[in-house]
Amino acid sequence: MKLSNAFFNSGEWLKGDGPHNQIVISSRVRLARNLKNHAFPGWAKKTERLQILEEIKPDVEALPEMQDAFSELLQDLSALEKQVLVERHLISREHAAKSIGSAVVMNRKQTLSIMINEEDHLRMQAIRSGLQLKNVFKMIDKVDSALEAKLDFAFHPKLGYLTACPSNVGTGMRASAMVHLPALVLSEQINQIVQAVNKIGLAVRGLYGEGTEAMGNLFQVSNQITLGEREDEMIGRLNKVIEQVIEHEQNARKMLLSKRPATLLDQIGRGYGILTHAYSMTSKEALNLLSFMKLGIDLELFPVECQSAIDELFMETQPAHLQKGSQQKLAAEERDSLRAEIIRDKLKSFPKPDITKVEEGGRASREEKNDE
Amino acid sequence: MVCDVCKTNQATVFLTQIVDGKMQKVNLCEACSKEKGVTDPTGFALADLLLGLGAAQEIEKSGNLQKCPACGFSQADFKKTGRLGCALCYDTFSEGLNSLLKAMHKGTAHVGKMPARLIESMQLETEMKNLQKELEKAIEEEDYESAAELRDQIKNLEKKSEAKP
Repeated sequence: MKLSNAFFNSGEWLKGDGPHNQIVISSRVRLARNLKNHAFPGWAKKTERLQILEEIKPDVEALPEMQDAFSELLQDLSALEKQVLVERHLISREHAAKSIGSAVVMNRKQTLSIMINEEDHLRMQAIRSGLQLKNVFKMIDKVDSALEAKLDFAFHPKLGYLTACPSNVGTGMRASAMVHLPALVLSEQINQIVQAVNKIGLAVRGLYGEGTEAMGNLFQVSNQITLGEREDEMIGRLNKVIEQVIEHEQNARKMLLSKRPATLLDQIGRGYGILTHAYSMTSKEALNLLSFMKLGIDLELFPVECQSAIDELFMETQPAHLQKGSQQKLAAEERDSLRAEIIRDKLKSFPKPDITKVEEGGRASREEKNDE
Repeated sequence: MVCDVCKTNQATVFLTQIVDGKMQKVNLCEACSKEKGVTDPTGFALADLLLGLGAAQEIEKSGNLQKCPACGFSQADFKKTGRLGCALCYDTFSEGLNSLLKAMHKGTAHVGKMPARLIESMQLETEMKNLQKELEKAIEEEDYESAAELRDQIKNLEKKSEAKP
């Protein structure tokens, strides 16, 4: 099965129907594993990397989960195709930079993706929509157990699974959830949240992981530690923290609705106005404005049927997704006008924000004040 | 003073953090400090930076062994990449790595999942040790009947473990 078909069927996790889907976009768990008798990919020479690939790939493709999978060598993918996979979080940016000796195998639903010879011999990840870290871990744990029966993984009795980078040693697990926190950003509480989360050994990062900017009010919360804590404990802890973050975001939304309805309406109204009338738009601007449209839907300012259009635009306005339909590579300016066109088109039949609900909320809170 | 990360620009941000009673210092330029997210010292873990910097210094302390016997990886290579060469490097550079892992993680001992076959062989090993003890005891007590039985059991277990890869 050729990869190109995958580009036009969006992955299951993008449908956004998981639990807590208003605030949690997706849950992801990845495991890092290495073969015992080979140098790590970054240190192995090309011939050894090819040997490793030959050892691992057939076993990965033979997994029951990988029936009808997309399996591609990295050198056979164009730069654009790689970028599409990065935007879908199916391969890492590091993996996209790889060529001969590396491969990616993923299932049709795009919920499982296995990178061969990334930083480690195996990077296996499962991703689902909404908050369901436990399920996602179960999925990838099953894959790991099946592969472990066939491949001899590097395991140290004291240090656990050995990885190229000491920061992953032990469980080799990174569990993360992508959360949408517009109200915490608007009410300027986000830094406090980030600091609090950091203090308990969890990391908060931007849209595409380490060192990337937080665009569209999207953040990734993940574990930092991999040694000294069991997988299920770590996932339970992360889950609890994310539930708390959800609660804070919901409270911030309520607070904005009742205390600062004008600020909220202004953001959503501007988002709507610019998105429906702009003729040139960068992906950053698009993400930031779409974020407020998504918030508008959550707050019932737009009918709920509009949700899927906005969710699709989040992905379709990313640089590589934008270009996948066009024959040649587009310059930045061309991309920006194409992006604006796609957005205008999709939002053509979008109704204006229905502000009655917010006004009611504002009035109620003013009356409350008067009562006091 | 130049920046520890890019090694080109003038360092203007000087960070000191004490982890487990050990002082760690990092000097950064404006651009690298932003890139590493060093905006707020409480939210910033030096452990992240240690990968490329302190880690190499830690490993240098492990001294004698210059290169990993399995893959030829050296301390200088770790300094450059922040990644190790192969599984055996963890033993080769264990001394320096230990304090690094301590600063980075919640402990230095893995408590999570183990490969199933390893669990099996470990169980086999403990079972074998127990039988061995019983055998010694039986011999001591001159209970040769039980000793013979135990010896057969041990032989069976040995066969079983040899059959496994």
